[in-house]
Amino acid sequence: MTTAPTTPPDSRSRRRGEAAIELLIWLAGVSAIAIVALIFFFLLREGINTFLDIPLRQLFGVRWYPIEDQFGLMPLLVGTFLVTIGAVVIAVPLGVVAAIYLGEIAPLWLREILKPLIEILAGIPSIVLGFLGWVALAPIIQNLGAPTGLTAFTGSLLLAYMSLPTIISISEDALYAVPKEYRDGSLAIGATQWQTIWRVVLPAARSGLVIAVMLGIGRVIGETMAVLMVTGNAANIPNFGLSMFFSPVRTMTATIAAEMGEVAQGSLHYSVLFGIGLILFLITFTVNWLATRLVGVEGARRQRGGRL
Amino acid sequence: MQPKISIQGVYYTYGDGTEALRNVSFDVLPHEVFVLFGPARSGKTTLLRLLNRLSDLTDDATLRGVITFNGASISGRSVDVFDLRRRISMVFAVPTPLPGSIRFNLTYGLQMAGMRDRRVLAERVEQSLQQAALWDEVKDRLDSSAMALSGGQKQRLCLARSLALEPEVILLDNPTSGLDPLSTNMVEEMLHDLSQRYTIIMVPHSVQQAARVADRAAFMLDGELIEVAKGERLFLHPQDQRTEDYITGRFG
Amino acid sequence: MSRQRSQRLAVALITAVAVLVFVPVIAIIGYLIVSGIGALNWEFLTAMPRNGMKEGGIMPAIVGTLILTMGTALVSMPVSLLAAIYLAEYARDNRLTRTIRMAIVNLAGIPSIVYGLFGLGAFVLAAGFGTSIIAGSLTLGIMTMPVVISTAEEAINSVPQQFRTVSLSLGASKWQTIRHQVLPHALPGILTGMILGLSRAAGETAPILFTVAAFYVPTLPSSIFDQTMALPYHLYVISTQVPGMPLTIQYGTALVLLLITLTLTLLATGVRTTMRRRRDW
Repeated sequence: MTTAPTTPPDSRSRRRGEAAIELLIWLAGVSAIAIVALIFFFLLREGINTFLDIPLRQLFGVRWYPIEDQFGLMPLLVGTFLVTIGAVVIAVPLGVVAAIYLGEIAPLWLREILKPLIEILAGIPSIVLGFLGWVALAPIIQNLGAPTGLTAFTGSLLLAYMSLPTIISISEDALYAVPKEYRDGSLAIGATQWQTIWRVVLPAARSGLVIAVMLGIGRVIGETMAVLMVTGNAANIPNFGLSMFFSPVRTMTATIAAEMGEVAQGSLHYSVLFGIGLILFLITFTVNWLATRLVGVEGARRQRGGRL
Repeated sequence: MQPKISIQGVYYTYGDGTEALRNVSFDVLPHEVFVLFGPARSGKTTLLRLLNRLSDLTDDATLRGVITFNGASISGRSVDVFDLRRRISMVFAVPTPLPGSIRFNLTYGLQMAGMRDRRVLAERVEQSLQQAALWDEVKDRLDSSAMALSGGQKQRLCLARSLALEPEVILLDNPTSGLDPLSTNMVEEMLHDLSQRYTIIMVPHSVQQAARVADRAAFMLDGELIEVAKGERLFLHPQDQRTEDYITGRFG
Repeated sequence: MSRQRSQRLAVALITAVAVLVFVPVIAIIGYLIVSGIGALNWEFLTAMPRNGMKEGGIMPAIVGTLILTMGTALVSMPVSLLAAIYLAEYARDNRLTRTIRMAIVNLAGIPSIVYGLFGLGAFVLAAGFGTSIIAGSLTLGIMTMPVVISTAEEAINSVPQQFRTVSLSLGASKWQTIRHQVLPHALPGILTGMILGLSRAAGETAPILFTVAAFYVPTLPSSIFDQTMALPYHLYVISTQVPGMPLTIQYGTALVLLLITLTLTLLATGVRTTMRRRRDW
């Protein structure tokens, strides 16, 4: 016995419409791969001459004088390195400890206030922080005795605060992921809260904390406008020593931003700026690759994409 | 009489190699209450989900054997799976109204099938609620949230939601699991009336429930069908030792 | 040192560091508001710049930023939403999916200045759009995709699985189920991600440097192939490129930009909390 269907059958056109939408959905998913490939392609297309026309020895030389066709990247690499190291040294302890404070010590009501504050910090445009660094922070640093307020350290300080939201939120997730039983076990055998944090919680959260640091570094290396404004833009290598953090430097990102406006399209200088972009792109890839090796693509995605 | 649903030599294996069903064969006749019972994880729910191809949602599983509905295979490319699910409709163990009003829940399936006629929709709403013995309780608040109903009302709403599609077969997967005795009683009493119009395949809450409602019953164990028989015969005179052990409470 | 004293000392130190982290954030916001609020008046917000931008208002920069933000939304939102639907509802655990995820993680990490280079190479030059609103919007749009995709996917994943099963069991197709049972409930999370992405795009400078931003244009843009001024770049210009610029204008511009991005950020969190409160499952 077969009863006829009493509900109207699906119309063919609706099925076709759905197939079209599902094709679009698939295309959008795959577009992520296409975009990465396109970015790589255009950086390579415009920047390849850097690596073809300039001997490697010169490319990694110490003189960056574009007017004389001297494109030694070393000062820019050193600048990026100094600013990054400085920022990491400041931001990692601050970020991890702030995460400990939020996760383990702060009362609930305070946490409810401080967490949005981190989102607000993440929402401040880098140009605004750069501007404040330029008009307010640099004079203070100069008053402390540096020859100029526009130094690698000034940049590091700004970048440290910029990377704090990333570091804090990922560290907090890492600490939160430590099973409660660990804590209870430690407290139960008479350890103090601090001993528990230091000997049980932090070691257990280690890999997450490493990710936090790596992604913080990724954020710092890529920052442009703030460093452009506050690091003094001097493309030379400061003399070795602690004072180099208090010398003007110039990073790779700042160089692109500062000089692209003035170069002739197709010139060697133009390609070199794209070449620097290519290097930054590859650094990003490496950082992500390392992070993925440590936690898998799921973890890296969640930790990276979830926050700004 | 042509069986409503016929299951022949069905094997069902998950991607990880677990065999959920092994060589299961039986027929379900029109207008009977057919009960599938057995201990947890014996494959009852898996089997129900195969019948209206909700099993399609499970990746990597493989099905061998044949399942027919009104004599025609339910697998294969030419089958309209959406139409199949409207004709073989499912009520789940956990009553799950969709977020929205009572009316929205009842008309959702019809609207997705392209039904726009408001008069027909309104008719179906009342008719299905009547059949599920819920009409008197909710007729004045059809547009309020379905989430506000009690557990028993929610489950009858879910039943009504299936009935609104005017299906041929209703799959009930332990529909009284979360219900109080009164609501359970209500659902059980409905079954016989419903079988006048529909074919019912049910996974019961307990052996006692199975015995109360079954026209025919099948005992399943570890993915295998142990025996099928008329209700009274299976529960009073089981042929297989394992069925007897289970019914008399020796395991399960 | 006794255990109790080390405990007390540690808590004190941790608290001190937290103060060091959070107080500057409040200080930054407070300082900007105090220094910039004096510049804010009707003329500043609605007038064209005058006298080498040293007088008058910043209206074209505000309008430009709003236009770019809308352009970003138009480029990024549809594709990102569809991509999120793909990842959450369609993608199986296979090589293609892993590659897509890896690509998104990488897109999220690419420095914004590199997006600027890409926009220059791809949209300004190769596509022939020139420095234009469309080139800038495409660049910013692509840059915001990873954030929007990730938050939208998370929102979609948080919709209970039973709703999908029930919908399918009632004969709805996969797309109908997504359209009627998944997206409506994922909407708060999706909107939150979109607005957060836009707030980031509105404040970005590096991607628009070579793709759209103009130092100064005396008129508002009339088509998507025009250049436009934009607040972040304007702030950069007036604070570092124009000597003798009055500080109040600089602070005022910074404050306006901050207010726009913060409003978007707060709007995003507001949407999330209110819509979460309204749902009954």
